[in-house]
Amino acid sequence: MVLQGLVFYVFAFITVAAGCMVVAARNPVHSVLFLILAFFTSAGLFVLIGAEFLAMILVIVYVGAVAVLFLFVVMMLDINFVELREGFLQYLPIGALIGLILLIELLLVLGGMRLTPELTRQTAAPIAALAAESNTHALGQVLYTRYIYLFQAAGMLLLVAMIGAIVLTLRSREGVRRQAIARQVGRRREEAVELKQVQPGQGV
Amino acid sequence: MAAYFAIGLGHYLTVAAILFTLGIFGIFLNRKNVIIILMSVELMLLAVNINLVAFSVFLGDLVGQVFAMFVLTVAAGEAAIGLAILVVYFRNRGSIAVEDINLMKG
Repeated sequence: MVLQGLVFYVFAFITVAAGCMVVAARNPVHSVLFLILAFFTSAGLFVLIGAEFLAMILVIVYVGAVAVLFLFVVMMLDINFVELREGFLQYLPIGALIGLILLIELLLVLGGMRLTPELTRQTAAPIAALAAESNTHALGQVLYTRYIYLFQAAGMLLLVAMIGAIVLTLRSREGVRRQAIARQVGRRREEAVELKQVQPGQGV
Repeated sequence: MAAYFAIGLGHYLTVAAILFTLGIFGIFLNRKNVIIILMSVELMLLAVNINLVAFSVFLGDLVGQVFAMFVLTVAAGEAAIGLAILVVYFRNRGSIAVEDINLMKG
């Protein structure tokens, strides 16, 4: 019990500290790396709470795809980041004020919250004991049956996002020599070969 | 002392609340840098996911985790489209300053 609490506090502290550094880091590359750290430690929190599948998905999707995408964009674009940080301190007071108000509101909500025992009995898909069914198995049982249409819709969403990203960033540049297979296959012998009657001693 | 180490729903919700606030704080702090703003949005979505998973586990209901997965999907799509728009914008204008993005204002 104590060990679990200790691990929770360590992970939670690292997550919050990494979140702070994402916001405050001077170099955007460092921001992305701290974002990766925050995702890793929250994956640890998920494992601790017993949602292993989501933890692994978090590592694969966020760290493996989203954060690397951010890293690519930060490194590929030639941006003057020092210029973008102007006014950093100017926005600090108002941002801190609004953040503080929001945090106090959220904590007030948390402090006044109490779970009634009836609520835990009205579950749509109860979690079985871990010995009976693993988290991944249970999630699959629910996802592929009751939420199959939503699952398909999520797949369509990802497809549309992929097509959208490609359409947005694709451009046909001038002066790039590409293979035009239709033209290569479609040309005939008369266009490709020309016979010259060369007189002896005169050259072409 | 032992009461502090008994982790309950409130602990997870507190972490999520702090992360969410940090996300909003980051949006205010880095008003000029779209990349950091997108990263702050990702932080906020992560906080929401922590909330969903914590409630799911402590209520014994799996649907919260299913919903967290859908949030994850939307976050991935949002990051891809947002960064694509950013790349196109940078190609056209040569900068990513947010206050310059008013071409559609009319």
